[in-house]
Amino acid sequence: MTGPRAPFAWLVLLLAAALAASLLLGAAGLPAGAVVDALLGSGDAAARVIVLDLRLPRALLALLVGGALGVSGAVFQALLRNPLAEPYILGVSGGAAVGAVGAIVTGLAVVGDWTVPIAAFAGSLAAIALVFRVASGAAGRLDTRVLLLAGVVVGAFFNALILLLLSFAETDRFRAAFFWMMGSLAGAEWSGLVWLALYLLPTLAVLLGLARAFDLLAIGEETTMHLGADPERIKIVAYLTASLAVAASVAVVGVVGFIGLVVPHALRLLWRGDHRFLLPASFIAGAAFLLVTDTVARTLVAPAELPVGVVTALVGVPVFVVLLRRRTA
Amino acid sequence: MSAPVFAAERLAFRYADAARSALTDVDLAVPEGRFQAIIGPNGSGKSTLARLLLGTFPPSAGRALFRGVDARALPRRELAREVGVVPQSETHAFPMSVGETVAMGRYPHLGPWRAPGAADRRAVLEAMERCDVVDLVHRPTGSLSGGERQRVLIARALAQQPRALVLDEPTASLDVRHEMAIFELLRALCMEGVTVLLVTHNLNLAARYADRLLMLDGGRAVAAGAARQVLDPGIVQAVYRWPIAVRPLGLAGPDADAPQVVPLRPERP
Repeated sequence: MTGPRAPFAWLVLLLAAALAASLLLGAAGLPAGAVVDALLGSGDAAARVIVLDLRLPRALLALLVGGALGVSGAVFQALLRNPLAEPYILGVSGGAAVGAVGAIVTGLAVVGDWTVPIAAFAGSLAAIALVFRVASGAAGRLDTRVLLLAGVVVGAFFNALILLLLSFAETDRFRAAFFWMMGSLAGAEWSGLVWLALYLLPTLAVLLGLARAFDLLAIGEETTMHLGADPERIKIVAYLTASLAVAASVAVVGVVGFIGLVVPHALRLLWRGDHRFLLPASFIAGAAFLLVTDTVARTLVAPAELPVGVVTALVGVPVFVVLLRRRTA
Repeated sequence: MSAPVFAAERLAFRYADAARSALTDVDLAVPEGRFQAIIGPNGSGKSTLARLLLGTFPPSAGRALFRGVDARALPRRELAREVGVVPQSETHAFPMSVGETVAMGRYPHLGPWRAPGAADRRAVLEAMERCDVVDLVHRPTGSLSGGERQRVLIARALAQQPRALVLDEPTASLDVRHEMAIFELLRALCMEGVTVLLVTHNLNLAARYADRLLMLDGGRAVAAGAARQVLDPGIVQAVYRWPIAVRPLGLAGPDADAPQVVPLRPERP
C-alpha cells in the first residue's frame, strides 16, 4: 500500500518520451524545431502535413491500440486465471484475419480503404459470438476452462481458413494479406482515429471499473461470491468487453502480437499485480511500447517499413528476458 | 423470536452427473451467537451443506435460509457484509501479498470503485492483529506455511466485519498450537456475538468448543444436538465404521465433561 504514485510517474514519463520520439523521428528527417512549429500550427506547409496528418495521428493510433492491447491482455490473464493468456488467445485475431484476408484475396478491398477493417471487425465479432456460444453452458454459466478451449479451437479453425484463402490468392494479394497479418499502423488517419477513440474509451472504462473485481476473480470464483461479487457477471462482461476492444484494435492495425502478453507481466515483475494498478499501468505501458516499436519500425529501414508486429517481438523478448532474469537472480 | 442466522429445511442436493445425492433432507437451525459444528466422515456432505447455506448453488430440494430469507435471493454483497467465509484452501492465479489478500475482505463494504478509508484500514489491521499475521503483511501468499495461510484466510473473513463466520475445515493441516489458537479465536468471537458455523474433522475439539454438533453420514443428518448426545459411542462407531470409546475429558475447566472420542486398535487374534 506504499507509494502507489511512483510507478505511475515513471510510466507517464516514459509515455511522454515515447510520444515525443515518435513525433520527432521519421523518414523525412525534419529538425526538432520544425516539428514543434508544425504542432503549433506554424512553419512550412510540408512539415505541417508530415507532422499533423502523418506522424500525430499515427502516434495517437499507436497510443490507443497499444493501451487497449495492454489492458485487454491483463484482463484475459485475470479472466482465464492464466498468465499465458493474451488478447488473441480466444480467437478474436483469427476471426479478424479471416475477414481481412478474405476481403484482400477476393479483391473486395479494392472497393475502398474501409473494407478491410470492416471485414476484419465483422470477422472478430463472428469469432467472439462463436466462442461465447460454444463456451456458455446451461443457466448462463461461463466456465473459463471451456472458454479457453473454445477460443483456442475456434482460433485454430480460423487459421486453417486463412491458409485456405491464401492458397488461392494471387501473388500481390497474397503479399498484401501477409503484411496485414503482421500488423501496421501506416493507415492512420484522423477520422478513423476519432471513431476508434469513441469506441475504445468507454470500452476501456468498463474494464478499468472492474479492476477490483478482477482481483477477486484471480483468487477464485467461489471466494469472489463470498466476498460479495457475482463471478458469472464479471466473467461475461470482461470477456465481451475485452474482446470488443481487441476486435477494434485488430481491425485497424492488424495482428500486433506480444504487447498484451508481456506488458502486464513486466508490470507485475517491476511493481505489483493488483488490477487497480495493473490495468491503468498496462494502458500507459502498452501505449508507450507500441509508440516506441512503431517508431523503430518506420525509421530503421526508412523509407521502407518493418512490420510492427515483428518489431514488438524483437524488442519485447529481450526486454522481458532481462526483467525475468533480474527478478529471479 | 427472530429467524435463525442459518437454516436448512429438508435440504437436498445432487451434483450434476452424480449417482447419488450429496445431501438428503437435512434440517438445521443455527440461532444468533451459536457455535455450530458440522462433523461426519469424508464425503458425508459437510462442505456441500455449508455451500448451500451460503447460496453458492441452488438446492435440488428444500430451502437454505439466511435470517429467514432464501440464501440465493440475497444480493451477494449484502450477504458478504454479514457472513465471512473461510474456504478449505485457495490458489491464487498471480502472486499476491498477505496485506492485499486480507484487504480484499473490504470488498463487500467498498464495492468495485470506492477507495478504502480509515475505517477500512482499521478493520484490516485489527483482523490481521487478531489472527497474528501482521508480521507477514508483505509476504507473498505463495510462500506461507499451511498454518500461516489459514490464519490469513481467517483474517480476510474477519476484515469483512461479519456477524457470522462459515469455516470449512480451517484446521485440517495445522499443528496443535495453531489448531488450538483458531478454536480459541472462534470461541472468543462467539462470545462477542458472532455466529460460527464450522465444518471440521476434529470431533474432540468440536465437542469442547461448539455449542451444538450436527453429524452427517452419506448426506443425511444422523445426530444433532449437544456433544453428549451426538458423540454417542454407538452412533460414532456406526458412522465412522471403526471401534471407538467415548470418555469425558476429565480435566479441570469449563469443558471437563466434554465427551472425547478415542479410536481403538482392533483386537488381533
